Amino acid sequence: MPAVVTAPTELDLPAVDGLVWVDHPWITIVWNDPINLMSYVTHVLMSYFSYSRSAAEQLMLQVHQEGRAVVSTGTREEMERDVAAMHSYGLWATLAKDGSEG
Amino acid sequence: MSDFDSHAPLEYEPAHGFIRTDTGRIVLRVDELERGLLSSLFTQIIDLLDPELIDPDPADHPDPLAQMVGIAESAQRPADAALARLLPDAYADDDAASVDFRRYTERDLRDGKIVRARIALDMLATTGPKITLSEDQAEAWMLAINDVRLALGTRLGIEEENHEALVRRAETDPSASAIHVYDWLTYLAETLVRCLWSQD
Repeated sequence: MPAVVTAPTELDLPAVDGLVWVDHPWITIVWNDPINLMSYVTHVLMSYFSYSRSAAEQLMLQVHQEGRAVVSTGTREEMERDVAAMHSYGLWATLAKDGSEG
Repeated sequence: MSDFDSHAPLEYEPAHGFIRTDTGRIVLRVDELERGLLSSLFTQIIDLLDPELIDPDPADHPDPLAQMVGIAESAQRPADAALARLLPDAYADDDAASVDFRRYTERDLRDGKIVRARIALDMLATTGPKITLSEDQAEAWMLAINDVRLALGTRLGIEEENHEALVRRAETDPSASAIHVYDWLTYLAETLVRCLWSQD
């Protein structure tokens, strides 16, 4: 969870401060697992993210065939919300800063 | 992931999955054996997820404010594999961030899963052989059944390609017979998803 943001006591930094990174996109990744049903994963992606049936199926197949797929992008807080939702559905999901996921 | 259609056929012809009736309602018919089995499974999931049961010896000085707002005082990855599957890490390679995430979210995650299992459990206790579900109840049942499948499948060591081997093992090893329960739950889950898809 993000730490509380406090005002800096010294303003000796140039305009590029920590706030720039707040907008750095984060991603939610769903990982393949041997138990969740393909139909169920498709249903979850449709109902939580409001993806169309075909978009959800495409993401589901990517998870199945490639081992994982990025299902959403946004701020860290948004991705933490999405990951928590995926966990409540029983999907195996993690978040990462875009480009940093190994 | 598991593709329902590729599974070996069930050992028995399941009596009923979830169906959507002509009037648009979702119905599950259960016999007494199935009712007892489902009730037992949902109860086990609740027991597995109940933090009080997990940690019967809480800290000497529990923080009531933290408890009130759902912040756990300690939030390590569960040692139990089935529980860890239900409450997975949120970061693949950042243990500290995962622990922090757990502190703020795990209580809600547990509570949600417990609430949904209780909805199913209560309906099993109060209905006859024909269980009629609202769309919301159907959603709760679907997630609760999936949680049971995750826990049971983890215990059984389900992998992408070992389903047939597990079924064969169950022929000689009674302790492996839970694979048939798992298959039945898979059948229920699949029929329930299809009911929800046929909503429109």
